[in-house]
Amino acid sequence: MRQKTKERAAPGQTAPAATLSRGTGHYLLEVGCEEIPARMLARAAEELRVLLGKYLATYSLADAGGIQAYGAPRRLVASIPALASRQPDSRTETLGPPRAVAFDNVGAPTRAAESFAAKQGVRVGDLEITSTPRGEYVVARRLVHGRPAREILAEIVPRAILELSFPRSMYWTRGNGARFVRPIRWIVSLLDDKVVPFAIGDIQAGRFSHGHRFLSQQEKIPIARAADYLAQLRAHFVLADPEERRDKIRKELARLVAQRRLRLRPDPDLLEEIVYLNEYPTALLGNFDEGYLELPEEILVTVMRGHQKYFAVEDRSGRLAPHFVAIINMKTDPGGTIRSGHERVLRARFADAQFFWDTDQKCRLADYLTRLTGVTYESRLGSYFDKVERLRRLARGIAEQWFNSGIPEADLPTADRAAELAKCDLVTEMVRELPELQGIVGGLYAAEQGEPVSVSWAIYDQYHPEGLDDSIPRNLAGCALAIADRLDSLVGCFSVGLVPSGSSDAFGLRRAALGIVKILLERRLTFSLSATIAASAGLFQSLKPQIEVSPEAENQVRQFVQERARYIFHERFGYGYDEIDAVLAAGADDLVDAEQRIAAVRAVRRTKNFEPLAVAFKRIRNILEKAGPTEEWRLEAVSRELLGEAAERDLLAAAERVSKEASRLKRAGRYREALEAIAGLRPEVDRFFDDVLVMSEDLSVRKNRLTLLAQLLREFSTIADFSEIQTENSAR
Amino acid sequence: MKKNVKRPPKRKGLTFQQLIFDLQKYWSDQGCILQQPYDVEVGAGTMHPETFLRVLGQEPYQVAYVQPSRRPTDGRYGENPNRLYKHTQLQVILKPIPDAVQDIYLRSLAAIGIDLRRHDIRFEEDNWEAPTLGAWGIGWQVLLDGLEITQFTYFQQCGGLDLDPPSVELTYGLERIASFLQEVPSIFELRWSDKVSYGQVRLMEEQQFSAYSFEAADAATARKIFEMYEREAMDLLDQFPELEESERERFPVLAAYDLALKCSHLFNVLDSRRAISTTERAAMIGRVRAIACRVAETYLAQRGQLPVAAGQERR
Repeated sequence: MRQKTKERAAPGQTAPAATLSRGTGHYLLEVGCEEIPARMLARAAEELRVLLGKYLATYSLADAGGIQAYGAPRRLVASIPALASRQPDSRTETLGPPRAVAFDNVGAPTRAAESFAAKQGVRVGDLEITSTPRGEYVVARRLVHGRPAREILAEIVPRAILELSFPRSMYWTRGNGARFVRPIRWIVSLLDDKVVPFAIGDIQAGRFSHGHRFLSQQEKIPIARAADYLAQLRAHFVLADPEERRDKIRKELARLVAQRRLRLRPDPDLLEEIVYLNEYPTALLGNFDEGYLELPEEILVTVMRGHQKYFAVEDRSGRLAPHFVAIINMKTDPGGTIRSGHERVLRARFADAQFFWDTDQKCRLADYLTRLTGVTYESRLGSYFDKVERLRRLARGIAEQWFNSGIPEADLPTADRAAELAKCDLVTEMVRELPELQGIVGGLYAAEQGEPVSVSWAIYDQYHPEGLDDSIPRNLAGCALAIADRLDSLVGCFSVGLVPSGSSDAFGLRRAALGIVKILLERRLTFSLSATIAASAGLFQSLKPQIEVSPEAENQVRQFVQERARYIFHERFGYGYDEIDAVLAAGADDLVDAEQRIAAVRAVRRTKNFEPLAVAFKRIRNILEKAGPTEEWRLEAVSRELLGEAAERDLLAAAERVSKEASRLKRAGRYREALEAIAGLRPEVDRFFDDVLVMSEDLSVRKNRLTLLAQLLREFSTIADFSEIQTENSAR
Repeated sequence: MKKNVKRPPKRKGLTFQQLIFDLQKYWSDQGCILQQPYDVEVGAGTMHPETFLRVLGQEPYQVAYVQPSRRPTDGRYGENPNRLYKHTQLQVILKPIPDAVQDIYLRSLAAIGIDLRRHDIRFEEDNWEAPTLGAWGIGWQVLLDGLEITQFTYFQQCGGLDLDPPSVELTYGLERIASFLQEVPSIFELRWSDKVSYGQVRLMEEQQFSAYSFEAADAATARKIFEMYEREAMDLLDQFPELEESERERFPVLAAYDLALKCSHLFNVLDSRRAISTTERAAMIGRVRAIACRVAETYLAQRGQLPVAAGQERR
């Protein structure tokens, strides 16, 4: 006997009379942990919220919107103020045997009916009949009482906790024991004032929490009621809610610097990290020896921020001041013990930096060049020394392009010198110690050693822009160097098959390509993508380590860069993808020029002739595609004799006239007017399609007409390929 | 740029040797055996067989020892107040891991005179990894008023093998802690004993070993010795699977491990001579790791905790 069982909540089942009252309760979960890494806390809390929401929703107890989740270093917390005390009742329907099997011909229940009823826990007399597409069947309907929330919580909460994903988790008892981001040491699980019991590994959930590791006077804190949690912890010097911690830090930072008439160097990322590094944050102002201000600010700030997580402070004129703000995880610093400790650590760090500076200055930047032979860029692409050899020539070539295009300040020797020194800082003590300062250190050393400002700036800025929101190099030599460096990486990597795919992009090639595009567009620099790629490929072939770069690799690089350009045109300039694609299809070797053409397309597309013309061009393209291989119909030139219809003669005449005009305008860079001129062809094109049958019976006439259309498409698609434009009635 | 301000001589905090006494006393009281430093050059206390081998397998073990650790690239000729060619670690291994391990550790700070309620002590994420040993763990650096004083690691893998049960490894940086306690601006000004300074005891060593590893060491020779040690280690390890069960107990896996340590140190010397390119670097680390991983497998197989065959397949 086949049974179909389906369970579903009956419709309109919000408050059935039979159920107990459906009140709400406050549930609180605290997973007490050893210090969870700051960078993971906020995300873990959010994930906990979503997971609990997902599970609770399946039992109709709550949804993610009613859950608050947050964390502090030693705890991950979820709080659900209005959790339904029990699951709603539901009705289940279980389909049994067909009526004919369940009841005999006098209507008495058979063995089948009896056994089905017994299995479903209903009396035979309560079985009902339901009609289905397959006939009448017996059905057992039951009212199922919802389970209490505490029972459900005990099942789903441990599941949600263990389901949290962390970049790296660990085990701490046995190999098959619990895994989590750090050892779990206690769990608070309270529904109002009652413990909801469950266990994770050896840890039983209960009501005991722990306060601040050093400030709390009590080893264990019994949480009386879920709603009291935050206040009770606050009394034991734990601000469990990150908002409270952020607020305390902000206020104290502001107060401290205001007292000294100083200003904070804003650092939102650092603030966010610090919020999750402390349970009871307190700001403290420390000092350092003014003598260290002789070191460049960049170095001092990086040491303070990166190593010590201190905020830098400046005076009213914006100069770095000999102070710092540390956020400590304590309430006070009686006698300034903590402050002087932090000051000593910073002094040692600065002394290190000073030592690196002095050591590095013992020789000149250029002296480090030969050491670059020992620093591999990529095993097949040679050393950084080899890269520098290529960069010098490529940066020079780029500067030359700009000079020839009428930018007189594009200076070849400056670009060359900047490229020569660009990578020397990689082998300095300072960059080995503070790798995030590569480029910057080179620039600082160049300035210190009397290189021209244009050279030191170019070196300093070479790794910018780091992203779409970062600034580009300040001067042209910097732009030439930055582009040369990135293009060299792209051409090199693509030629040895290191092509980014999915999330893998070890050499940061996507960012490199974005950087090139951003620099060119922001400074409006003339630039031939294909010629520069070819130049770079030539350098790889002629210089050590002499890598063969295939034409496909060159093409791939060009398309890769254009793909980034497409993204920027859309995201940053707000152009439609069809406008961008229309121009890219017509060729976009110079991105600034391409941008101007896209702007022109955008400007004229709303004019009356443009879209209909775009439709017509699409039609032309379709006709040509269907006409078979080009060589079967293409004539050397359109034959006037074969143009029998007035409409086609007029079209040819108009096309010749407009073509001359459009080329003139295009050469002058007046793309908008050129496009408008082309759009003026619309009446002739329309009339052509009204009056002329392209696919004429007469083969020579047909070939002539196809050739005319092909010529039209070719001549008028050099600014943008109109057939890419999405139109109202285009079917794309 | 002026040099650090001269301070009046203070006699604050424990001497360097008293610090060692007190920490050893504390951990001895916690039930640790006190071991001695290993007599082969190592880059960290982890490389002492009392850590590398003892964390493997199931037997409980608690040990503490001091380990002078050589890091040739960190040498500064004794001119930098905070950097040393050879610094001193105090290493503690606890297997299995006590539930209250963080508190037990923190009480050791109290034992050396640090008032936990008057300082800013925190555990900041720092996952430790020793690629030459195929070892890694999850944990923190412990910061005392912003100063990194201990590496606190839940050891997860060693010699490429999952640890079951895991161990906790506590590594105290003794010079840092002593500088903190004595409030001196330079390690070399530390009082080693009441009468003798750290500089008097160690400066000569810093100068000479910096000179050796940055200038004098012959890269070709170091490379050659590296290869000889590597060969010897591998030849040795190859013999183990051939042995009858009764002969396995006296198989010198400890000697093979010493050879791996020699290789590791020579790699560091080559690195300080900047004789290794980035790619070669990864390859050489892999070669040392290969020995270390086979040592770990052989050690367990010898003790009957890993089938001999498993050690062979992993190669």
